[in-house]
Amino acid sequence: MNMNLTLFGQTIAFAIFVWFCMKYVWPPLTQAMQERQKKIAEGLDAAGRAQQDLKLAQEKVSNTLRETREQAAEIIELANKQANAIVEEAKEQARAEGERLIAGAKAEIEQEVNRAKDALRTQVAALAILGAEKILESKVDTKAHNKLVEKLASQL
Amino acid sequence: MANTPVEYIQHHLQNLVFGSHPEKGWIIAHTPEEVKQMGFWSVNLDTLGWSIAMGVLFLWLFRKAALSASTKVPGFLQNLTEMCIEFVEGTVRDTFHGRNPLIAPLALTIFVWVFLMNSLKWVPVDIIPGLAHLLGAPYFKIVPTADPNGTFGLSLGVFVLILFYSIKIKGVGGFTKELAFTPFNHWALVPFNLFLEIIGLLAKPLSLALRLFGNMYAGEVVFILIALLPFWAQWVLNVPWAIFHILVIPLQAFIFMVLTIVYLSAAHEDHH
Repeated sequence: MNMNLTLFGQTIAFAIFVWFCMKYVWPPLTQAMQERQKKIAEGLDAAGRAQQDLKLAQEKVSNTLRETREQAAEIIELANKQANAIVEEAKEQARAEGERLIAGAKAEIEQEVNRAKDALRTQVAALAILGAEKILESKVDTKAHNKLVEKLASQL
Repeated sequence: MANTPVEYIQHHLQNLVFGSHPEKGWIIAHTPEEVKQMGFWSVNLDTLGWSIAMGVLFLWLFRKAALSASTKVPGFLQNLTEMCIEFVEGTVRDTFHGRNPLIAPLALTIFVWVFLMNSLKWVPVDIIPGLAHLLGAPYFKIVPTADPNGTFGLSLGVFVLILFYSIKIKGVGGFTKELAFTPFNHWALVPFNLFLEIIGLLAKPLSLALRLFGNMYAGEVVFILIALLPFWAQWVLNVPWAIFHILVIPLQAFIFMVLTIVYLSAAHEDHH
């Protein structure tokens, strides 16, 4: 072992290194580390909050979706009802219209029948008179026997 | 240079000394006799040079990391330095129960600096001395912690801090009282207490320096012995030995740091 001035040289170097480390190395590094730690903590916090928000939003979405579905179902039901009502009404109208048409047709037929009966009656009356004239070989006074003829005709 | 194994080993264990020779003035010592004649007024250029180089490397690396330190995603250097700092800070927090802004940077400096100085042992023993020899240096020993001057220089600094904080926290009276009245609190035993406590106090820097020096010196001697083998056989021994030093080198740096923290923690504790 050969001790010499190196001893003090080493001590001085040591002191200078410690001073430099204390002044220029340690503070900025630890500060940066603390800041990063804070930032990471904040980031994790924010992530937690965002997750909470997401959960809330999802709940809201599902609620809204459910409500909308219900509303849609209501609307469809209503529309179905309305459509049924319209169809019923249309059916009713059609039936009424048909009945009306049938009634009209019946009336017309009756009219036609009556008219035909009338025509037939007059023709029969005329034929009866013609026949009677042939039988009697004289003219039947239409005016005088009008009553009789009409009676005859109405009996047909 | 070296011819016999003994000469080879002695040659490798001799520092490059620059000092004041009684007859030749300030010169670089070329023989062990010259070193002896120089006595205390000389400097181990290799020890001091490599110490300072390693210290500057440490501060340069960490300063670089400190300058680019940000809250963004850290890079490799940033991670490395922050890992060291976190490790040292944790150790200090566990061991040192006071408030002193010097302790943590001091511990970091000791840990990294001693680690870097120790790690010079991984450089094969002949490479740098061989290069130095080509440049004209008669001796060259690169591991500063295998030189007692290097380790005692460190422990001397720690010792000064122990004394400084003991007196600063406890006062001159308090510190003297502590030395005089522990472990036996009786006036008749004051001389005995003083004897015991002063030995205990001096043992702190001594044990710090000798532990590191002893470990590094012994490891260095073994590397030199292995280097005496034929070159094709050396790897059988020096590879395992170097791998073993992956444990020894950081461990010694860590022990030096922890003991420094413990001693300074004791210096801060006021028992009264």
